[in-house]
Amino acid sequence: MELILIFLSAALVNNFVLAYFLGICPFIGVSNKLSSAFPMGLATTFVMVLTAIVTWLIYHLILVPYHVEYLEYVSFILVVAALVQFVEMVIKKVSQPLYRALGIFLPLITTNCAILGLALFIVLKEYNFVESLFFGVGAGAGFTLAISIMAGIREELELANVPKPFRGAPITLIVAGLLALAFMGFAGMITV
Amino acid sequence: MKKQVSLAREYTKGLWEQSPVFKQVLGMCPTLAVTVSAMNGIAMALATTFVLVFSSFIISLIRKLIPSQVRIASYIVIIATFVTIVDLVMRAQFPELSKALGPYIPLIVVNCVILGRAEAFAAKNSPLRSLLDALGMGTGFLIALASLGGIREIIGSRTLLGMQVLPDAFEPWLIMILPAGAFLTLGLMMGFLNSMVERRKRRDEAAVLAQHMRKPAVAIMEGQEG
Repeated sequence: MELILIFLSAALVNNFVLAYFLGICPFIGVSNKLSSAFPMGLATTFVMVLTAIVTWLIYHLILVPYHVEYLEYVSFILVVAALVQFVEMVIKKVSQPLYRALGIFLPLITTNCAILGLALFIVLKEYNFVESLFFGVGAGAGFTLAISIMAGIREELELANVPKPFRGAPITLIVAGLLALAFMGFAGMITV
Repeated sequence: MKKQVSLAREYTKGLWEQSPVFKQVLGMCPTLAVTVSAMNGIAMALATTFVLVFSSFIISLIRKLIPSQVRIASYIVIIATFVTIVDLVMRAQFPELSKALGPYIPLIVVNCVILGRAEAFAAKNSPLRSLLDALGMGTGFLIALASLGGIREIIGSRTLLGMQVLPDAFEPWLIMILPAGAFLTLGLMMGFLNSMVERRKRRDEAAVLAQHMRKPAVAIMEGQEG
């Protein structure tokens, strides 16, 4: 039950994008079309889950026993960069079509603050291993949900007559604001 | 050989023309997340500027030593080092501020403004120029965060930098300090600034056009005399 709550809280109530403002860059940059937003969400989720596992192990098995917690940021970001590189290589070997579809977005995941944010939150909230795993899956699901909804709205927005100064980033931010308002409906549902 | 830009320009271009937040739409996460008050915004911008300035300078110094295949990883390690320094100093000196900014201080590591400047500027220019460029971008970031934080603080909690500026009769808009308010305020600010720029450009174009209209007339008259 506790684990399901952690999952729902990360995915809906404390959505990474709309409540914590993590991963705004791809959220605004790659949300033009649903066909690229959804795979991007899935790839990010995959990296998030791997990051949750690996950084938890590194923090609790290496950094804490040797009292070098101050190396947290340097080691985490290296782990993320290495993981993204690794995922890119695996996808290239296993599935060429998927690699071509994701191609440009994959390296960008390294600078997605949602990934590093996830690793930091896990340390901050003192989750155990299984909780971290659920937190990672939930955060990824929340990111995928937010970016897919955003892409759907922006596809419709193409047809709307937006005042010229508001085209591009401003209207996207305003839409995101309204989306954040909608997600506030989940607030208070679960408190973790 | 491309023309060298003056040193002063390297600084001032970051303030508005290439403002990281309003023009390049970079560094959105901290911009939106910490600007519930002007003070938080300023603190965040100063921390970011510190990291930006030192990492740009160092990267520019060693730009010829880094093989291009591993440059991004090297940049990130340099940036992460300075972020660790800032985080430890803030935790020791300003514990309350450090708590308020929470995980967003370590997240400076993945702030696209810093990596963006490293890749686009510091990797190709001299240390002095990179230093000025980073200072300019940092100031631009500070302007954006302070103004956004100021607006949200005034309307959302009636205060500015902790001092009450609006009367008690004004009911604070709770939405301004909630996440939704951050998106809406920044979106409206950007749209407003864009429309101001648009209007000025149109006026300038009209002025230029008027000049052009006059010039041929003068030329024709001179031609007749000759």
